[in-house]
Amino acid sequence: MSEATIIKPYLRLSGLEPLTIRPESNFVNVGERCNVTGSKKFARLIRENKYEEALSVARQQVENGAQVLDVNMDDALLDGVKAMTTFLNLLQAEPDIAKIPVMIDSSKFEIIEAGLKCVQGKCIVNSISMKEGEEKFIEQAFICQAYGAAVVVMAFDEQGQADTLQRRIDICEKAYKILTEVVGFDPQDIIFDPNIFAIATGIEEHNNYAVDFIDATRIIKQKMPLAKISGGVSNVSFSFRGNDPVREAIHAVFLYHAIRAGMDMGIVNAGQLIVYDEIEPQLRELCEDVVLNRREDATERLVAFAETVKAKDKAEVKDEAWRSTSVEERLKHALVNGITDYIDGDTEEARQKYPKPLDVIEGPLMAGMDVVGDLFGSGKMFLPQVVKSARVMKKAVAVLTPFIEKEKEEKAARGEISPSGAAKVLMATVKGDVHDIGKNIVGVVLGCNGYEVVDLGVMVPAEKILETAQKEGADVIGLSGLITPSLDEMVHIAREMKRRNMKQPLLIGGATTSRTHTAVKIAPEYENGVVHVLDASRSVTVVSNLLNKEGKAQFLQQTQNEYLALRNQFLNKQKHKVQIPYEEAVVTKEYFDWKNYKPTRPATDGIKVLKEFDLGTIARYIDWGPFFIGWEMPGRFPEVLSDKIFGAEATRLYNDAQKMVEKIVAEKWFSANGVIGFWPAHSNNRDTITLQTANGEVKLESLRQQMKKAVGQPSYSLADFVAPDTFSQDYMGAFAVTIQGAREHIDRFASEYDEYNKILVQILADRFVEAFAECLHENVRKEYWGYAKDENLTNEELIKEGYKGIRPAPGYPACPDHTEKLKLFSLLNATENIGIELTESLAMNPPASVCGWYFAHPGSHYFGIGKIGRDQLEDYAKRKGMSLEEAEKWLRPVLE
Amino acid sequence: MANIQDLLKQRILVIDGAMGTMIQRYKLTEQDYRGERFKDWPSDLKGNNDLLCLTQPQIIKAIHKEYLAAGADIIETNTFNSQKVSLADYGMETLAYEINVAAAKIAREAIAEFNSPEPKFVAGAIGPLNKTLSLSPDVNNPGFRALSFDEAVAAYYEQVKGLTEGGVDLLLIETIFDTLNAKAAIFAIKKYFRDTKQEERPIMISGTITDASGRTLSGQTLEAFYNSIRHARPLSIGLNCALGAQEMRPHVEELSHLAECFTSAYPNAGLPNAMGEYDEQPEDTAHFIEDWAKEGFVNIVGGCCGTTPDHIRHIADHVKKIRPRPLPVVETSVQTEKEEAAIS
Repeated sequence: MSEATIIKPYLRLSGLEPLTIRPESNFVNVGERCNVTGSKKFARLIRENKYEEALSVARQQVENGAQVLDVNMDDALLDGVKAMTTFLNLLQAEPDIAKIPVMIDSSKFEIIEAGLKCVQGKCIVNSISMKEGEEKFIEQAFICQAYGAAVVVMAFDEQGQADTLQRRIDICEKAYKILTEVVGFDPQDIIFDPNIFAIATGIEEHNNYAVDFIDATRIIKQKMPLAKISGGVSNVSFSFRGNDPVREAIHAVFLYHAIRAGMDMGIVNAGQLIVYDEIEPQLRELCEDVVLNRREDATERLVAFAETVKAKDKAEVKDEAWRSTSVEERLKHALVNGITDYIDGDTEEARQKYPKPLDVIEGPLMAGMDVVGDLFGSGKMFLPQVVKSARVMKKAVAVLTPFIEKEKEEKAARGEISPSGAAKVLMATVKGDVHDIGKNIVGVVLGCNGYEVVDLGVMVPAEKILETAQKEGADVIGLSGLITPSLDEMVHIAREMKRRNMKQPLLIGGATTSRTHTAVKIAPEYENGVVHVLDASRSVTVVSNLLNKEGKAQFLQQTQNEYLALRNQFLNKQKHKVQIPYEEAVVTKEYFDWKNYKPTRPATDGIKVLKEFDLGTIARYIDWGPFFIGWEMPGRFPEVLSDKIFGAEATRLYNDAQKMVEKIVAEKWFSANGVIGFWPAHSNNRDTITLQTANGEVKLESLRQQMKKAVGQPSYSLADFVAPDTFSQDYMGAFAVTIQGAREHIDRFASEYDEYNKILVQILADRFVEAFAECLHENVRKEYWGYAKDENLTNEELIKEGYKGIRPAPGYPACPDHTEKLKLFSLLNATENIGIELTESLAMNPPASVCGWYFAHPGSHYFGIGKIGRDQLEDYAKRKGMSLEEAEKWLRPVLE
Repeated sequence: MANIQDLLKQRILVIDGAMGTMIQRYKLTEQDYRGERFKDWPSDLKGNNDLLCLTQPQIIKAIHKEYLAAGADIIETNTFNSQKVSLADYGMETLAYEINVAAAKIAREAIAEFNSPEPKFVAGAIGPLNKTLSLSPDVNNPGFRALSFDEAVAAYYEQVKGLTEGGVDLLLIETIFDTLNAKAAIFAIKKYFRDTKQEERPIMISGTITDASGRTLSGQTLEAFYNSIRHARPLSIGLNCALGAQEMRPHVEELSHLAECFTSAYPNAGLPNAMGEYDEQPEDTAHFIEDWAKEGFVNIVGGCCGTTPDHIRHIADHVKKIRPRPLPVVETSVQTEKEEAAIS
């Protein structure tokens, strides 16, 4: 079980999701397009502050399979620190991009550090090097390590960039030694970039650059196997710029060989990677000649061929199928996926389709937000995505707003409605609570749906919330809180709103709040609407319903009905716990080692009647604890006798009772009669116990616990305490005992108007019958059944049930069905033998009567069934041969 | 001080339970929170539990002792919100350092007075801040941040200084909702010990999986989270808060496979019921945690919101005889694997 795990020294990066680079991992694509020096489009977008479109460049690369995103803001015309910070902060709000790790790419270390301050995941820094000396290199490496980043180390030193094979290797080895030995870097967090330079430039010295890179890769990987190799692939084909088909072919050929040499990752255009095998053979051959420097005329031959290849425009590969669906579907898709690219056009299209601009909001946009809410609620979307959806919504609303305003003005001009501003929502975290992250999110989500949000902040006293609401004319009040005491404060605020005759609906939200708490505790305090808002994504729907003149009353009525039902439900089953299916409960029964269990054959065969049992003997078994509870004197016996409050009275009572007991015994006020019986028995591995009697088989039906328990905890049933028929013959018993004669004395005291003694004798009759049951049980264990002949327990130990075996009573927690009493009575012939009658509701008369089953197994114990499910009810009714209605009637206390 | 690394190899250690739940039992009034020193403070102070380190230190010490008596090996200082960013809610930014020193001393005194033959440790509790570095509070401006990384580092640095000078044995970055906040805390710890040229105190890191998505509030999966903080080279990595033991189990299991260091887990006492109360019984919490221990998932266990000394006592009883999770074998070469591949 707890074998030590083995953890491999892999490079483990992360965005919102992990990325592990293993030896067997395929080549890792680092998306290169978010680079102001490499992409004109991206540079223009950043310069023009069009960050949202710039994010689309990032998203496109992720969709095209980039596994790491390179971001570079090195442009003389840009404030690099600011651009890097802005872009990375925005990127964090895009979960579909932020899921992959970021490579922070800059030649200026201050830009790198600015980037590291924005990203929660494990990044790659690209790059540091020894070009400004070892000291600077060490310092920068320490900083990268403090942020937890992996580093790309350029093969670069004070003498310049390494351009020979030997210098590449030497510099990398030196850097590796410094990083691992001086800085304490994990070797797997070191990525070397042994410089990819342009080939086929016409300059002879350049011809071997690709070969040198590939050879350097092979040697570095041999010498430093945990380090990684990366590089900027596009550089290699720089001389063919403008001719994408040839460039792509060169890249594919170069990567094919470099990866085989051990290159782990590279900065590439993820959308333009082509497969080595699919390069047209002639072109591939020419590219191999150039990359591998196989012929002196390789460059000329490729250049000549390149001119014949037309640069074909490639359609960008991206799943755009959703664009061809209906406008409603497109709006939904944009909301769920947080895509703002087409939202303006789509919203406009919807506006023209629907009669009123507001219909677009209340129709397709709300429908989309509902989907978002459902996905979020079920854990399929997470918070940053919901916030993104809210932004799409905001954009759509912005398109519609001028039209809504215009419509309003027109209506106002026609005198139909008076012009009014946006609806106002007042929000606050209640007094005593400082948590406000959730509330802030609700605020922004509402804000982008066109509501004016007034946020009072945290720890706001009721007074201030309500005064501000009245002064500002808020349309809705929202309260938030995270800690438990905040719930009480919310109740207080609801009460205050009622006292002040306020009319605004009240929204309740925050981590500890719940629909049930709102329904049970808050809603009853204020009648003008209290609504629990599950999460930010639901807040919009709720607020819009509350502010919709026609819909409000209906919405509130509906909410009120729901809450009323919840309230009733809560009051009915306060202790409701999660249940498991009945069949699962049967499987998780309590298992005993039946194989090694030797049941004791009862010394008594069949039934034995005990008439006029000795009262003096019984009196010794009285448990005085319940006696005092009967008199509503809480506390344990004998401590209750010295209780500060009840002590004196309890002692007096105890003395009176002792005197009466003496009289009862001496004057034989009561007559104690009992009947016991024993039969061979076996269970069926489920919930039926079969008894073999002289008159044939009798089947006893048990109920089984269904509440969800901790792993390994069994679901109890009495049937588990009897051996299944596959094991040795087991036995079971039953008893019924009664105290007769009390009635006469009760009536006597009643006729003397002596209420005290009347109650005393009543309670004592109950104590006597319980004591009788206890005494008889002991005799059964030691003698009549005889499975515990050597038992020697004090009265206290008996009261604490320190003996082996149990005597559960039908109608009590372990076997709550009273109708089993009918079988027990018939088995013991109890009415005839000792004169106990059963009423139509199966109560025993005289009331001082007890009956129950005997189980002898040492593992048997008392328990409560708790609530059972419909499935068990149905099974039980079938077993009992009862109609469902009848079973339901008898089992109501254990049904939900 | 006994070496906690060695102890963790011998047995499962127990960390204490909720401070807030225990403070609530005292039913303190606004006046109690204020004490003499802050009686004229302009804002409400009730609920500022960390302030009790200054105004009601005897209560905090008594709670520490209750947890020690229950069997906790590690007690957390009452400093969850004690840095200037969070304390600004009460206008108490300038008290951050003082509260941390006081809190560490109170915990130290509690241990000294408890005088156990067993070694006991003080973990300086470093909470998540009330502002996030990865999320914008303004949806119209997703690039906006209410706090900068440097501000977070400065606040944490001061807290670490206070805790260390007050005498904590360990530093515990806990209830991490946003990994970037945790990275700021790690940065501050590393910087503090480098600046003061002291040996670094062992760091415990405990993240929070907030909901059904199985991610942190800032959206990371558990493995992504671990990768992001691994550079702290912590003594332990674990989870706390937000979930009960039952909901936390799959995440604890996952983490036990990922982590190179010791693992910790201290869940809430179940999920809050409809009334916002935690009602999972000590016996039940202990059962769940015993199961983790038997499976070999954990080295340090305890409780978060809603847990009491009774929970800790049950947990301690249930895990004391169970072998702790062995530290994983962290390989330092990939050679063997290649050789294996060559053979097969």
